[in-house]
Amino acid sequence: MKIIQDFKVLSNIKISKDYFVLDLLSDKKLPKIQPGQFVQVLIENSKNTFLRRPFSIHDVNYEQNTISLLIKKIGEGTTSLSLIQKGDKLNIIYPLGNNFKVLNNKKVLLIGGGCGIAPLLYLAKKLYLNNNHITTLIGGKCKYDIIETDEFFKISDIKITTEDGFIGEKGFVTEHSVFTNNLDFDFIYSCGPEMMLKSVAKIAKLKNIDCEISLENTMACGFGACLCCVTETKDGNKCVCTDGPVFNINKLKW
Amino acid sequence: MVDLSIDIKGLQFKNPVLTASGTFGYGEEFEDFFDIGLLGGIIVKGTTLQPREGNSYPRMVETASGMLNAVGLQNKGVEYFISNIYPRISKYKTNIIVNISGSSIDDYIKAAEKINELENIPAIELNISCPNIKHGGMVFGTNCNSAFEVTKAVRDVYKKCMIVKLSPNVTDITEIAKSVESAGADAVSLINTILAMSINAETRKPVLSTITGGLSGPAIKPVALRMVWQTYKSIKIPIIGIGGIMNATDAIEFILAGATAIQIGTANFIDPITSIKVIEGINSYLIKHNIKTIKELIGGLIL
Repeated sequence: MKIIQDFKVLSNIKISKDYFVLDLLSDKKLPKIQPGQFVQVLIENSKNTFLRRPFSIHDVNYEQNTISLLIKKIGEGTTSLSLIQKGDKLNIIYPLGNNFKVLNNKKVLLIGGGCGIAPLLYLAKKLYLNNNHITTLIGGKCKYDIIETDEFFKISDIKITTEDGFIGEKGFVTEHSVFTNNLDFDFIYSCGPEMMLKSVAKIAKLKNIDCEISLENTMACGFGACLCCVTETKDGNKCVCTDGPVFNINKLKW
Repeated sequence: MVDLSIDIKGLQFKNPVLTASGTFGYGEEFEDFFDIGLLGGIIVKGTTLQPREGNSYPRMVETASGMLNAVGLQNKGVEYFISNIYPRISKYKTNIIVNISGSSIDDYIKAAEKINELENIPAIELNISCPNIKHGGMVFGTNCNSAFEVTKAVRDVYKKCMIVKLSPNVTDITEIAKSVESAGADAVSLINTILAMSINAETRKPVLSTITGGLSGPAIKPVALRMVWQTYKSIKIPIIGIGGIMNATDAIEFILAGATAIQIGTANFIDPITSIKVIEGINSYLIKHNIKTIKELIGGLIL
């Protein structure tokens, strides 16, 4: 059930250079939200932002009826959102899209590149509740892209890479030593830049590990009406907003 | 109590607010947001005789007060519509109108014949104005002779209400409107998207995979309004106004310019409840201005 409603901004916290987390309060009970789903946010007071912007749901708190969004400042829309203040209202359509498959009692690897870590926190929490052993690999260009490690540290083994090697291992996430050692994971979940996801998919296929990735795409509606955000799959063009954003790599033409 | 109802060739609409093809899916995508039965009508996604995969990604780019799309009529074909979608949506208590497009006159005829058989589809919208397909589409709608030919050919096989959707990408839209009127169209809807493009200065590449696409949204409203007004003065059949309508005031402007009904398009993406707000807003406008029926307002522009 898709809902359109106003949320009240509880906090807007800058967590790193260009990254911020919005905690948003609903005045009614939250619907069931699955890890991997996203929201479409209306950005007012941003004169060149005409369409809503899609963001992964970073975390959910059913007791307090709040959701969190982890956002990276990239263009005018996200810059405008970064300036939003406690008490402001945000109009949101949610929960949208499909979800990651939450397994039980498995050994899983989460790979997040930059802001791609956004949908993985709520997923990690769900996986943790289902007794999975979780390893989280976080990669970025520089130290500013390595965020929220404390949250992940509580429930998973953390591994880090940066392209400049300032923290963690130097190189791309897919060059991390976790891949050169004996890779005995049952499942890989990943989100990040498309180039990174393609490398992850390649490794997963090579090692014969099942893998789901969350794709990003420019969207007009976010709920399957406009057919703008398609990606090529083995079953033809599919909307990232309704058939995704989560796809099993075997479904994609990669 | 004001009367919002209108009719087009005897087909009754409970209000003049319809949703535009390609912006409202099959209505089902909006069921969570409101009762589809409140609308005057819905025009479902452009349907072709054969299935179409549409164009490659990127298909969409945001522009100043609007967006470009190059979807390219992605749909599963008329047979799939009839056997899978129609049974699900024919329950809606509103006029369900199918938008038909094709690459040849024969395509249009065959698709229209099939849709003609569907009891709960009281009208078609003949799309001779899609700018995003390589063959057919807009080619038919930018020339008086071909616009006449395709309209006449479908008229011969389709007996219910036939609306023809016109392209703005012409020198004089009134000439095309007159051609389709003389070929037997019951109404015209205008405007389809305006052919446009977007370039990424950094990569020096076009943003859309198809290089050009169709511009929609409030950016095109003044153009659409002008074309509706010009067309209103040139033909006798009803006009359905389309182009960047975001609220009731926009809708009323189109009706004043001569539109009998209007379609909400791009606004559906941003606020899925726009069409309901427009119905309520038109109602309030009539009450405020002490007008008993929306019909009194059609072409009510004061010069």
